[in-house]
Amino acid sequence: MAEKKQTVPFRGTPEQEQKLREIIAAHKEEKGALMPVLQQAQEVYGYLPIEVQQIIAEGLGVSLAEVYGVVTFYSQFSLYPKGQYKISVCLGTACYVKGAGAVFDKLTQKLNIKSGECTPDGKFSLEACRCIGACGLAPVMTVNDEVYGKLTPDDVEEILSKYN
Amino acid sequence: MYRSHVLVCGGTGCTSSGSQQIAQALEEEIAKQGLAEEVKVIKTGCFGLCALGPIMIVYPEGCFYSMVKLQDVPEIVSEHLLKGRIVKRLLYSETVEEDNIKSLNETDFYKKQHRVALRNCGVINPENIDEYIGYDGYAALGKVLTEMKPEEVIQTILDSGLRGRGGAGFPTGLKWKFAAGNQADQKYVCCNADEGDPGAFMDRSILEGDPHVVLEAMAIAGYAIGASQGYIYIRAEYPIAVQRLQIAIKQAREYGLLGKNIFNSGFDFDIDLRLGAGAFVCGEETALMTSIEGHRGEPRPRPPFPAVKGLFQKPTILNNVETYANVPRIILNGVDWFRQMGTEKSKGTKVFALGGKIHNTGLVEVPMGTTLREIVEEIGGGIPNGKKFKAAQTGGPSGGCIPASLIDTEIDYDNLIAIGSMMGSGGLIVMDEDTCMVDIAKFFLEFTVDESCGKCTPCRVGTKRMYEMLDKISKGQATMEDLDKLEQLCYFIKENSLCGLGQTAPNPVLSTLRYFRHEYEAHIVDKVCPAGVCKGLVTYNIDPDKCKGCTLCARACPAGAISGTVKNPHTIDKNKCVKCGACMEKCRFNAIYKK
Repeated sequence: MAEKKQTVPFRGTPEQEQKLREIIAAHKEEKGALMPVLQQAQEVYGYLPIEVQQIIAEGLGVSLAEVYGVVTFYSQFSLYPKGQYKISVCLGTACYVKGAGAVFDKLTQKLNIKSGECTPDGKFSLEACRCIGACGLAPVMTVNDEVYGKLTPDDVEEILSKYN
Repeated sequence: MYRSHVLVCGGTGCTSSGSQQIAQALEEEIAKQGLAEEVKVIKTGCFGLCALGPIMIVYPEGCFYSMVKLQDVPEIVSEHLLKGRIVKRLLYSETVEEDNIKSLNETDFYKKQHRVALRNCGVINPENIDEYIGYDGYAALGKVLTEMKPEEVIQTILDSGLRGRGGAGFPTGLKWKFAAGNQADQKYVCCNADEGDPGAFMDRSILEGDPHVVLEAMAIAGYAIGASQGYIYIRAEYPIAVQRLQIAIKQAREYGLLGKNIFNSGFDFDIDLRLGAGAFVCGEETALMTSIEGHRGEPRPRPPFPAVKGLFQKPTILNNVETYANVPRIILNGVDWFRQMGTEKSKGTKVFALGGKIHNTGLVEVPMGTTLREIVEEIGGGIPNGKKFKAAQTGGPSGGCIPASLIDTEIDYDNLIAIGSMMGSGGLIVMDEDTCMVDIAKFFLEFTVDESCGKCTPCRVGTKRMYEMLDKISKGQATMEDLDKLEQLCYFIKENSLCGLGQTAPNPVLSTLRYFRHEYEAHIVDKVCPAGVCKGLVTYNIDPDKCKGCTLCARACPAGAISGTVKNPHTIDKNKCVKCGACMEKCRFNAIYKK
């Protein structure tokens, strides 16, 4: 998914860095440690800015290029911060044939952002995701961990209003 | 002892419809009404009927309540659990027959099913190892470790005819035999739980409903090939499955069923989880191993095959979740039992995730050789809204479409390949006449373009070119020459790509071309989309005879393309129309139609 470049200054706290170093220490000896470390680092910071990647590279003794290569390969790792409420619309096959595309279009219209972007107030970010496995409820979307199923474009406004 | 058990589905489908809150409310209400000593609430895995969630079953009666709401909970507790009066209005309508309650197994949805891999799903509490053990859990591992030699285990799996349920259908026993034959100081057993096919959720349901069966089977595989370490590579998009696996691994270690010297046999085996991070290509075996090693999940050329040099360059076997779920049963029930089910070359059962335009969306497990008609019409309950069946898509972005003319095909690995599709992991998406086959092919190609890892050129560049051609066709800008080029390119990509992703990427196009060529030609020659889906080719029109001039459509139109005066037929300005369909939704007289 295309991501919007934005220059949000890195605001990591010493507590976060302390946590990151603990994570690195816990996994350092493991084979294939990079992925678990990145996943947990993203939980701490919400995203993986270059400053965090630098700490990980040094901590695990691999090059920054390798860390960056892995981060940009997997769609779950994000170089940019996400919104307070992360909206994902499933565009897997089952949802697609049941009209998830129209729900997605309605969201881009209402939020006035494209896939992968975040609203200027930092409240909502929007992305299309692949199957989340709730095909019985197609079409579905998630807002953070909340799942909404059997959607129509008309439901979008009401769902968004819950978070406003 | 409890006099009554309430099983609440805790799978992803029902959890999304609020089953956790319902289970909690049930427990509170049961305590409030003083029944905590008599009635127990158990959260289970998936029952399969996801569209009817949240679902619960009350035993001993076997009452199947569907679409339960929070406000129904007090009534269920006071009427059913306290006074023994069944709450009829909440019963799944298929189970009610002239005041009698049928068992769930007699309903159309379950009647033709045969549950082997899913046998414990919706039956036991997946977070309690004792319940798994109560259902013969870990008995197969015990038998293998105390009574069988590794060669005997491999021979049993070979004889059973079990083939990989991940899609390609490679004989599982053969894989194990190759890995067992290679000497090394360390070998690995991996489980592919990176279920990336959109519309497929079989593996997720097994992991959520019966996680121990996978652990047990992996330990059996470890003993058979001489490995002491296993890895489960699972999608991070499945948080419930991840959590249940973590619990299961912890419990198995506490019971000594994983770890050192299992069953005092001197056999050591342990399992660790590795989470994926959203890359479809990591479902390919060599890419999956590269990803576990902590790199970009790019595939590598074979040979060497994983059985020779796999994870960390050591001999490795990789099987899919559903494949593993069959293993303990085969060990316990024997080869003959397993071979009774299925067709000549495909033994056993297959789990399908039924989705799309069908009544009973959900999870079904049927013997191999069941026809598509039985699955769609009988188990699935047919197509909603009186529409006609057009095609079923199997195998996700690697598979193809089965047209209505082949609905009586017996589904097994070889038959599906013969008609240009493939088993895939088991997603089965039903499409009706409102689905455009060019649009579906384009949808899958967009997916492949997005998920191609970029390592080899045929896949990276080729799929992109294919997508562009399909886009041209869907907009009515292509020529018949483009169609020939597209077909040629398909064969080229199939033959020259490095891994399975690229080799199968053209399948959705080839199979739709094979059975629905006329639709492609309609887009190209007649410039129309017969299903009325492709936006570039559809026009919205108002039937002047039906239009009452109510002005609803004109007010709904975001582009101001509709004009007309009150009580007179309206018209749509085609140059202004953005084809959003808002007018059609609003019209109460069916006066607006697509052409």
